[in-house]
Amino acid sequence: MDPGVVDLSRLQFALTALYHFLFVPLTLGLSFMLVIMESVYVMTNRPVWRQVTRFWGKIFGINFVLGVATGLTMEFQFGTNWSYFSHYVGDIFGAPLAIEGLMAFFLEATFVGLMFFGWDRLSKLGHLIVTFMVALGTNLSALWILIANGWMQNPVGAAFNPETMRMEVSDFYAVLFNPVAQAKFVHTVSAGYVTASVVVLGISAFWLLKGRWTGIAKRSMTVAAAFGLASSLSVVVLGDESGYALTDNQRMKLAAIEAAWHTEAAPAGLTLIGMPDSVAQTTRYSVQIPWVLGLIATRSLDGTVTGMSELVLKAQERIASGQIAYRAVERLKIDPRDQSARAALETHKRDLGYALLLKRYIADPSQATPELVEKAAWDTVPSVPLMFWSFRIMAAIGFLMIALFSAAFVIASLRRHDQYRGFLRLAVLAIPLPWIAIELGWVVAELGRQPWAIEGVLPTFLASSSLTRGALWTTIAGFTALYGALAVIEVRLILAAIAHGPIEEEPQAPAPVGTPIPAAPLTA
Amino acid sequence: MLDYEMLRLIWWALLGVLLIGFAVTDGFDLGVATLLPFVARSDAERRMVINTVGPTWEGNQVWFILGGGAIFAAWPFVYAVSFSGFYLAMFVVLAALILRPVGFKYRSKKADPKWRSRWDWALFVGGLVPALVFGVAVGNALSGAPFRLDGDLRAFYDGSFLALFTPFTLLAGLLSVSMLVLHGAAWLAIKTEHGPVNERARAFGFAAGALALLLFTVGGLLMWQMPGWRLVGAADTLGASNPLRTTAEAVEGGWLLNYGQHPWMLVAPMLGFVGTVLALVGIYREQGALAFGGSSLAATGIIASVGCSMFPFILPSSIDAHSSLTVWNASSSERTLFIMLVVTIIFLPIVLAYTAWAYRVMFGRVTTDAITASPDYY
Repeated sequence: MDPGVVDLSRLQFALTALYHFLFVPLTLGLSFMLVIMESVYVMTNRPVWRQVTRFWGKIFGINFVLGVATGLTMEFQFGTNWSYFSHYVGDIFGAPLAIEGLMAFFLEATFVGLMFFGWDRLSKLGHLIVTFMVALGTNLSALWILIANGWMQNPVGAAFNPETMRMEVSDFYAVLFNPVAQAKFVHTVSAGYVTASVVVLGISAFWLLKGRWTGIAKRSMTVAAAFGLASSLSVVVLGDESGYALTDNQRMKLAAIEAAWHTEAAPAGLTLIGMPDSVAQTTRYSVQIPWVLGLIATRSLDGTVTGMSELVLKAQERIASGQIAYRAVERLKIDPRDQSARAALETHKRDLGYALLLKRYIADPSQATPELVEKAAWDTVPSVPLMFWSFRIMAAIGFLMIALFSAAFVIASLRRHDQYRGFLRLAVLAIPLPWIAIELGWVVAELGRQPWAIEGVLPTFLASSSLTRGALWTTIAGFTALYGALAVIEVRLILAAIAHGPIEEEPQAPAPVGTPIPAAPLTA
Repeated sequence: MLDYEMLRLIWWALLGVLLIGFAVTDGFDLGVATLLPFVARSDAERRMVINTVGPTWEGNQVWFILGGGAIFAAWPFVYAVSFSGFYLAMFVVLAALILRPVGFKYRSKKADPKWRSRWDWALFVGGLVPALVFGVAVGNALSGAPFRLDGDLRAFYDGSFLALFTPFTLLAGLLSVSMLVLHGAAWLAIKTEHGPVNERARAFGFAAGALALLLFTVGGLLMWQMPGWRLVGAADTLGASNPLRTTAEAVEGGWLLNYGQHPWMLVAPMLGFVGTVLALVGIYREQGALAFGGSSLAATGIIASVGCSMFPFILPSSIDAHSSLTVWNASSSERTLFIMLVVTIIFLPIVLAYTAWAYRVMFGRVTTDAITASPDYY
């Protein structure tokens, strides 16, 4: 494999996935906030709530289309850029993606049209049901995507089949109810709810500061305060750390996040802050809180958090065992009926992926020297400073969100929405924070999984397509230009919608019939 | 009864159902977008055209996304080999399709004619380019793609972006465009008010239908002397999915062999012809429903013809026949095919039911009066 192609493929995936996830959280959260707002309208029958719903629906629409547009890339990128991944795990990984389309995306995409066009064609309750279906669809979508992603982090219910040279599903139930996927789902959708709440809160605060549309702003702020408080508590309390004890890679991720270079006596202390040094394998200037890490990570006083050096030793053993599996696969390629090879593979196939780590250094992993094995084992350690800091910034923002929404909740409950201008300014400034936290969350999850594409099964550097660097540069430049232009347009349109406010525009006057509009693309 | 062979056959048929579902639903969206700058001249006219598909195109597009997901789940080799092999072509399609949702939504956000004209052309590109490239891709599947698999079943590709465009694949691309423009015109005949837009749409539709008829005929005749692939020896229909265990060869006229062995398959090309003719009659006699029914049948028949001609091949290799992907060697495991079949049987009828309901809610012609009266239209 050309390492340049692998790196460029990773760059493109990171760019397109992180960009896609700028729009998804707002869709996830705002869809449910629309359900809440419209429910109040249906129950109270007060037109102001219709205005509230329709205004936030407009913001939802501008954001939704970019989520859909960039999601197209994600659905096909596994095939275009990660074709060996697609072959190797498509038997398991493809299913949740297909089910997402069938069960969730059809629902959300069909009903979103009626949500925008159906106001005059549906009864009030009918329209509310349509809005609910959109929210249900978007959130079910997230469920299936995170089942797929959760499987990359914790590949349960599958086994290697030497006849087809790929992983095949052995227990679909285990794939569905993967505990890592469940933790990720709750954590991710909660983060989306927080994002939407911050946006609604911030824009409402902006209007209150300007003294415009205060009736609508106050009502929006009340919804955002309540929904945001519940979601920010959920996103922190139900963080996905609970899944970090399950596999060697997840343990490695936890160790890197905590800069736990070596196993500590239980219960381990939590390093609040410090400077991790990967070369000396130590953390300088660290401030520790005793016991807390052990409590969070193992939910007990006597469970230990395994350190990175110990996990590397374990990886070394697994690579050695994987070499036996690799040798068996090569023998089975020549003679599929070789019973002793089949038995050897059966015993060691859990570690086959570990032998593939050696392919970075040597074509035939079974020939690797112990030095190479040790080198490959150290590859299982992700970038510690990156993990350490990404996680801390994300977590700090999470706690800030709880504080922000607690204050908003108290203020809204006392009906003093517009009396604390300092708080309103803070609420406006807080708008970018959830996005920072969310993108860093994905950095922790995905860079923390390195060197694996599928944890313990397939290294990332083997997963890409056989492409050329030129082709990759072409698409990276193309996506960057296209996505960049669309981002500018979207932000401008949202700002214009905020400035315009929730006042319904007059129906557009019909243009005089026959008025030519420029029709040549060059003059356009 | 429901053994591995049967499951593979069902999933081959479902692959066809998905492609046909995409062509019949999102196909007219693509056709309408392609026609947009030509059938509608004023802003009011263009808004009328856009709003005939505005509320429903998004659901239709899911057929494309589901197609990607279903090929991944049921035919992972096909997903891996074709999308990475046609890498730059896929990028062009995705970029064009990305313009569509934003085009629909953002166009109406500003009254500035320049702004609107730009998005009109973006929608045009988002309609024409995918329609063309999908056809070119099918043409390349029929001509075989230059890939081979190594012992680890990793795919290597010897082609280039420009090599995708040969006279035959361009013919397939033009057939796809004319078929979808016909379909889009038939949709506009049903959904726009009587007047200049409706008339222009029918005029373009008639021309596109006639062209489709011609290209489909020429394409069929070319099959007589084009290489097509056939299996050597009996197929192991129950065996593990490993393409390297298959032996295949290319022979002249190979894509017509199935029609000799299974004459019932001739129903597919006949449907293509009859559907196109019905659509032309419907357009000529101003019977929108007949035109749309006809163009839907035409798309069904033309796509099914490709499937029947190639069976059991899905993607033959032009440089290493041994690596060719077939119904018997490129599927998921038996278990995955079964689980996905159960999921499809449960959810596809539900999807069809609420899609039909959505169309019923939006039933009726879109008029310029309605558009100017309601703020909800694009």
